[in-house]
Amino acid sequence: MRPSRPARAGQYLALLAYLVFLAFPFLWLISTAFKPPRELASLHPTWIPKDPTLANFRQAFDEQPLLRAAANSVLVAVCAALIAVVIATPMAYVMARHRSALSRAATGWVVVSQAFPFVLLIIPLFLILKNLHLINSLPGLTMVYVVWSLPFALWMLVGYVRAVPPELEEAAAVDGAGKLRTLVSVTAPLLAPGLVATALFAFITAWNEFFFALVLMKTPERQTLPVILTHFLGAEGVADLGPLAAAAFLATLPSLVIFALIQRRLTGGMLTGAVKS
Amino acid sequence: MTLTTATTRPLKRASGPPGPRRPADRGAWFLVLPALIPILVLSVGPLLYGIALAFTDSQAGRTAPTQWVGALNFQDLLHDTLFWDSFRIGLLWAVGVTVPQFLLALGLALLLNQNLRFRWLARALAIIPWAMPEVVVGIMWRLVYNPDAGILNETLRDLGLGDGRDWLTGLATALPAVIVVGIWAGMPQTTVALLAGLQNTSPELHEAAALDGAGAWGRFRAVTWPALRPVALAITALNFIWNFNSFALVYVLTNGGPGGRTRLPMLFAYEEAFRYGQFGYAAAMGCVMVAVISVILAFYLVGRLKGGDEQ
Repeated sequence: MRPSRPARAGQYLALLAYLVFLAFPFLWLISTAFKPPRELASLHPTWIPKDPTLANFRQAFDEQPLLRAAANSVLVAVCAALIAVVIATPMAYVMARHRSALSRAATGWVVVSQAFPFVLLIIPLFLILKNLHLINSLPGLTMVYVVWSLPFALWMLVGYVRAVPPELEEAAAVDGAGKLRTLVSVTAPLLAPGLVATALFAFITAWNEFFFALVLMKTPERQTLPVILTHFLGAEGVADLGPLAAAAFLATLPSLVIFALIQRRLTGGMLTGAVKS
Repeated sequence: MTLTTATTRPLKRASGPPGPRRPADRGAWFLVLPALIPILVLSVGPLLYGIALAFTDSQAGRTAPTQWVGALNFQDLLHDTLFWDSFRIGLLWAVGVTVPQFLLALGLALLLNQNLRFRWLARALAIIPWAMPEVVVGIMWRLVYNPDAGILNETLRDLGLGDGRDWLTGLATALPAVIVVGIWAGMPQTTVALLAGLQNTSPELHEAAALDGAGAWGRFRAVTWPALRPVALAITALNFIWNFNSFALVYVLTNGGPGGRTRLPMLFAYEEAFRYGQFGYAAAMGCVMVAVISVILAFYLVGRLKGGDEQ
């Protein structure tokens, strides 16, 4: 079935419209980040900066503790991702291999957890963490992020475990390997790429998260990057556009790079799994 | 055809549990605990605690002990016109984002499913909104909407369409402007899910339908849509719920303004809890939101049961 020529042209036109819609805000962000103040103040903004400058980046670092915030974000996101994958993997294994009441309940929880309004979760969490003196603490936020990224981590991992043929494990068992031994020497190596993808996804989830960080982190020295970014907006919404754009652009880069790396796995595995199971 | 379904369906029958008669594994519990304990302590527990809080007068910085007040918070909510305003705005926003987004994403998915040049570019670009922190998406669109230095007004000026407005602070334009951002931000997930669904439909069926004389629309209705329906239903239900619960995007774009015109329920509950310290009352709002979401989930499940037995 080859579409007719006008139909083809229409398709390309539609594709172009989508490309413009998807790309233009991001291009505008980049353009703004590199514009000198004079061009930003001009009443007729241009797409491409005539006089590109890095001054906005320097100013952004001067205005807000960006490095500190980035360090906090990295620390929290790396710890949360590693812990989430380490504790989710055994559970995902059980969910994938044994169909029990427990794994059904876990799957149900994964679905339900996607639907809850976080405000119902954050008030009790705030009170609990306050009693434990874990408000405004990076370990406290990490704990929250671990649990928050678990549903998707489990979902991804169950898919990856299912892709490992159980026959391989049975063969190892026949050869006399114990359960743990089988897991470590047969299953884990085959799972490795899936574990990495899951960890990277959990990292991005924590890196991008805003709501919990806004509520739980009180002082600028402890706040993560998304929260610090909102400080650029100022009290009355009057923002210094250049540094704001520069900081926002920098905050996006890690997720974009990681997403480019794991994109194929995500689109192939997670969403089809998420939508169908 | 069996091949395509086999690779995309979860392989339940093919590689499910290795044997139903296997004795219950005590080791399984040991493997589950490391994840189960944090889930129970930091997720399930707080949710139940949150529901319980809705029936108390819990407040920030209160010295007197918290008391049970029964359904008092809910009675107050019933008369809180501000809350119902925000509730209405939340529903408007959720529908306003979910429906056009679905249609746009469906169009894009159909395009990406064609053998077009540059579709790799569209796929690559479609990832950007997905990878971005919501806060950055909000900031970025504020730059786009900026009345003076923004590209939107400049483009409109160039096209001779008015001399620019302040989209995010205009009473009439704020909600539509925010909805456009919501549509943009959620395009990738929806498109990718629909694309995955499309790849489930077999080309043979399409060709057979074409041989029978079906046009593009006829083929869509007879072949594409039936295969796409479960995915479309699931992603729409999820999108609606996610949108109804959203916070960061609108917090950054308008912080609920102007005059509460974009104050989504989550923003309202957040302010009630963490600006005014009304924990019990805000928890009651959360419970009402859960009730709405449960209704939507119920609709989804019924729809799924009705149309789900084709395999």
